[in-house]
Amino acid sequence: MTASAESPTKTATPPKAVIRIGDRVFSLATVLSGSLILVVLAATAVFLIVQSLPALTAKPGQIPNDAANFWVYVGPLVFGTVWAALLALIIATPLSIGIALFISHYAPRRISQLLGYIIDLLAAVPSVVFGLWGVLVLAKFIQPFYTTLVNTLGWIPLFQGPVSGTGKTILTAAIVLAVMILPIMTAVMREIFLQAPRLHEEAALALGATRWEMIQMAVLPFARSGMVSGIMLGLGRALGETLAIAIVLSPATVINVFLLTSQNPNTIAANIATQFPEAQGVALNTLIASGLVLFVITLLVNMAARFIVNRRKAFSGAN
Amino acid sequence: MSVAVRNTSANTLTAGKLPKGAPWGLLIVSWLIFIGVFALLQASGTTTDFNVVGAFFFGTILFDILIVVISMVVEGGRKAKDRLVTSLVTTAFIITLLPLISLIYTVISRGVARFDSAYFNESMRNVIGAGGGAVHAIVGTLEVTAFAALISIPIGLLTSIYLVEYGRGRLARAITFFVDVMTGIPSIVAGLFAYSLFALFAGPSIRAGIVGSVALSVLMIPVVVRSSEEILKIVPNELREASYALGVPKWLTIVKIILPTSIAGLTTGVMLAISRVIGETAPLLITTGFTTSMNYDLFSDRMMTLPVFVYTQYANQGPDATPFLERAWTGALVLILIVMALNLLARLIGRLFSPKLR
Repeated sequence: MTASAESPTKTATPPKAVIRIGDRVFSLATVLSGSLILVVLAATAVFLIVQSLPALTAKPGQIPNDAANFWVYVGPLVFGTVWAALLALIIATPLSIGIALFISHYAPRRISQLLGYIIDLLAAVPSVVFGLWGVLVLAKFIQPFYTTLVNTLGWIPLFQGPVSGTGKTILTAAIVLAVMILPIMTAVMREIFLQAPRLHEEAALALGATRWEMIQMAVLPFARSGMVSGIMLGLGRALGETLAIAIVLSPATVINVFLLTSQNPNTIAANIATQFPEAQGVALNTLIASGLVLFVITLLVNMAARFIVNRRKAFSGAN
Repeated sequence: MSVAVRNTSANTLTAGKLPKGAPWGLLIVSWLIFIGVFALLQASGTTTDFNVVGAFFFGTILFDILIVVISMVVEGGRKAKDRLVTSLVTTAFIITLLPLISLIYTVISRGVARFDSAYFNESMRNVIGAGGGAVHAIVGTLEVTAFAALISIPIGLLTSIYLVEYGRGRLARAITFFVDVMTGIPSIVAGLFAYSLFALFAGPSIRAGIVGSVALSVLMIPVVVRSSEEILKIVPNELREASYALGVPKWLTIVKIILPTSIAGLTTGVMLAISRVIGETAPLLITTGFTTSMNYDLFSDRMMTLPVFVYTQYANQGPDATPFLERAWTGALVLILIVMALNLLARLIGRLFSPKLR
């Protein structure tokens, strides 16, 4: 009691916080390692730019494939990258929405977590194994279908022949890619669907809506931007995927949209993986420069996805 | 959804409704129909072996059509639409399971052929055709990944501690944003980064295990940060406040209170991160290169790793492809086993050692 009575007179000057060495060192270490991440990201950009300068300024004849300059060289690759990723996205988007809805709203509550684990299991399979499976199992299995498709629907430009005899086409690669990006897309969408306000769902059901009508009215409008960001994350994955494409695709230096021929546009990442071990001089710089292009594309896609998610977080009804 | 009342003929509540087990029964019936169809095809010699995937795929499609038609007749339009979506959603799930089952079945059935002691005791040195093993690749994978973990775990943990305990303002927001962005860096770009970094002072022909470790840690750090951040956030604030109230400095609070509380979750996150990078192929292909001999030294010369081993066995097949493909499949099997083991162990640790709050 006496202490409290005395204290007002004693603390005329506010007490000084003790600064401990341990605190200083520890907080400095955490700040440094946090900043290191920014440094690494910046360094990635800088090193890639430095290494790709010789390719960007190369004279005609130095770039592989007899390309006049770097942009002519990288053009078909950019097209192939985006095209393969888009195809994979077209396959994976409806599937992942379906799976996410199945796990969050349709499957019995008890097994839904187990089903989530099973889908996550797909994410644990290394890409090189997907590649092996794609070329040795899927391509062989699906090739007869391609022949049928070309014979019956060959008048549609997409399915124009001549059909690939090995099944190593861009459609096969896109199917493998789709399987690979499903887990991340499903995971994001599942989280969003689970966050849909429970009261809205119950209100819809109480008014006599069927389960699909309830999802249409209460879940999908709430989850729209989350679905968009899930799709864009999947797109980012698909753009950067390397080995599965390098193994599955039989590439050529072309720009075309034929799904089933053996002349397929290659992707940036797969091109780097296959050419890098033998590349020297300007060819090496060219590959690194194409990697820089890929880096910029995926960076833009990912930043857009994150931007949508973050903007949503602030104004959503969930919090 | 459906009302759980016995379906007696006199009950008006369930009139005009399909009985509760109808969809499941219908699904099994349509599977059986197509299993029958494909069994007949095999028996008649049209197809060489029994097409399991085809049977389940077409059976599921048949189910989708049947359930909608039946529901349309019995229950009317709105309900039929609901049934349609339900069956489509279920179909999506089953279709996704097909590649997973096919993949696991193939890897196991083709991988066991070379799952022998030679595979784990011999390298590929002077092996041209059959024989040989992947011990050099397994050792390489373990060394490269271990060193990557050694780089990433301290940086990742400290960063997540910064974000949760210290970070306020612009720097913290920038780090959060760019960690998210970094999760999306293509693995091959991480490889190119590590390569260009080392090529600056070691020349353009640099290939060594350490370069691969740096590339992997670029991929691993954001994963570690994200998972540890989530775990540290759920440590109850009362623990921190109680510690401060006793006069414990902040750094000691973190080291002695917060980290021990969350150690199980942190371990799980770190092991999941390791299992994610251990299967990476592309960055290792361009940074560690490939070789047929054993190399224990991370800091010099090319080093084989298991994913790259699988790739090169497929890509550089000899005149007789069989032994190469067998080695590739066994490599894939070993790789999947390692990843699965890490995953299971991580989840087990998370479950067994997490603090019991209640």
